Amino acid sequence: MSLEEPGRAWVFGDDVDTDQITPSRFIVSTDPEELATHAFNDLRPEFSANVDSGEFVVAGKNFGGGSSREHAPLSLIGAGVDAVVARSFARIFFRNAINLGLPVMICPEADRIEDGEEISIDLDAGTVHNHDTDETYDAEPLPPFLQDLVDEGGLKPYTRKKLDSA
Amino acid sequence: MTGKTITEKILSEKSGTDVSAGEYVEARVDEVIAHDVTGPLAVEAFEDVTGEDRELAAPDSTVFTLDHHAPADGVKAANNHNVVREFAEEYGAHQYEINDGICHQVMIEEGFVEPGDLVVGADSHSTTYGGLGAFGTGVGSTDLGTTFATGELWFRVPETLRFEVHGDLPDGVYAKDLILRFIGDVGFDGGTYMTAEYAGSAVGDLPIHQRLVLANMAIEMGGKAGIVEPDERVVDYLEHQAGLETSIDPDLASDDDATYEAVYTYEGSDLAPQVAKPSNPENAVDVDDVVGTDVDQVFVGTCTNGRYEDIRIVADALAGEQIAPGTRLIVVPASGAVYEKCLETGVLGTIVAAGGTFQSAGCGPCAGYHQGVLGDDDVCLATANRNFPGREGSMDSRVYLASPATAAATALYGEITDPREIGTDRYDDHATADPGVVR
Repeated sequence: MSLEEPGRAWVFGDDVDTDQITPSRFIVSTDPEELATHAFNDLRPEFSANVDSGEFVVAGKNFGGGSSREHAPLSLIGAGVDAVVARSFARIFFRNAINLGLPVMICPEADRIEDGEEISIDLDAGTVHNHDTDETYDAEPLPPFLQDLVDEGGLKPYTRKKLDSA
Repeated sequence: MTGKTITEKILSEKSGTDVSAGEYVEARVDEVIAHDVTGPLAVEAFEDVTGEDRELAAPDSTVFTLDHHAPADGVKAANNHNVVREFAEEYGAHQYEINDGICHQVMIEEGFVEPGDLVVGADSHSTTYGGLGAFGTGVGSTDLGTTFATGELWFRVPETLRFEVHGDLPDGVYAKDLILRFIGDVGFDGGTYMTAEYAGSAVGDLPIHQRLVLANMAIEMGGKAGIVEPDERVVDYLEHQAGLETSIDPDLASDDDATYEAVYTYEGSDLAPQVAKPSNPENAVDVDDVVGTDVDQVFVGTCTNGRYEDIRIVADALAGEQIAPGTRLIVVPASGAVYEKCLETGVLGTIVAAGGTFQSAGCGPCAGYHQGVLGDDDVCLATANRNFPGREGSMDSRVYLASPATAAATALYGEITDPREIGTDRYDDHATADPGVVR
């Protein structure tokens, strides 16, 4: 899958935890679009009103630490974010994103991307392209087991298939 | 062939294959747990993947609690509770009510979890079960909802970080101080994807309620699980605490030649009470570094330190005293059974007489929902597990994390206080004993 249409990068720092992505007081909802209106509510209040479909979240190390709330990746899906590119991810966020079909790319050079720059990603090639600087960064390939899960369309289709064949 | 860690052994057993760190497996899960925040999404995922003939793979080991917003603090929370109640009723799952307490405490008190079990919870502190020698890990709601349907889930077998504490712990130093020190040493992401395994004589000497603290906060170093090798003390604890007859498989231990990602070694006598400064658990320092910091609120509770033994320490330290004027003390028991025990033993009355507020069982203000949310510029010292920006309320509030003993000393003086200053003989017996009986 390629998302070669460039989109704005919303750049965040290191250790952005799930309380900062979706503050606790808003996760009484399970609706992605409602959750999207509160994404990064306290950390970056202008995000939710200004993010457009087809844009990207870029972060430093350990994105999504803390709580297991699936509301965090759901809020980004609801906001129309195409993918999250980070130097590294916290475990549960990474797992939730894959399960929900939100592309996540582990990109050691993510911190070369400045806020507001235009980027695009190529999931098949495992690369991130910065259109402002014309640089291309490599992302780490997914392990085969996870790639198969992604290719199946996420955990739900994978599970449906398993239940059907049981 | 090299030996295996306890993690590799449990995941080998549950997947029916011989696996080592780094491999991917699908494993049989022994218990699944969700609460009022993550439950509704898990229910949606379950209904999404199952067809017309919906049934839970294992209703007897599928458990729901209502703890984060209990009692309901708004209409949406109340509706979420009803979603959980109706689902549990329809499919025959266990469901606990708003007065029963926090998921992890309820699971242990009710005897769902045994050493060697594989437990997944849609709550990041599902690592807690490692204090019993089980492999517990937090997952999202989609993971959980599919596990409701299949009884299985995929795992990457994690590498293990081993923390050994030798000798004895000094008075006033608890498991909470150990785990804050470990997190400070490896960092907030220092254990990402890994198991934190705790060992050494000082860990073996810890009563079970304190081992649960070590396991609980493994997630605060990014860990997938935290575990202490089970022993006879776990068997006794489960018998008294949960009325559960169990035994330990002698092979349920890491082999001497197991492979570790890293081994951190400590001498117990070198350790001091720890405080994690705002706004990350990795900001742990010796209490000396922050002594004298003014606080507005002290919060004692959570799945980390809301057990009877924790609250008892606070009551013993406060007995016959008053908390500092201008300081608020909020105590939230981790379960309804803990609440009852505090009532029966006079602990509740002592805390109220000292000027504290004793609330109904649950997560309390830990996640910033209710029962003591912080305002702008408020400073809180909490026995909780997280102090991220805005975690307990305003983005401009600040939270320090510490043990119940440090919390009690701090409540007495209205500023961060070394618990050894108030005389550890006032409260220490209860920390090292292993009552473990709240029934």
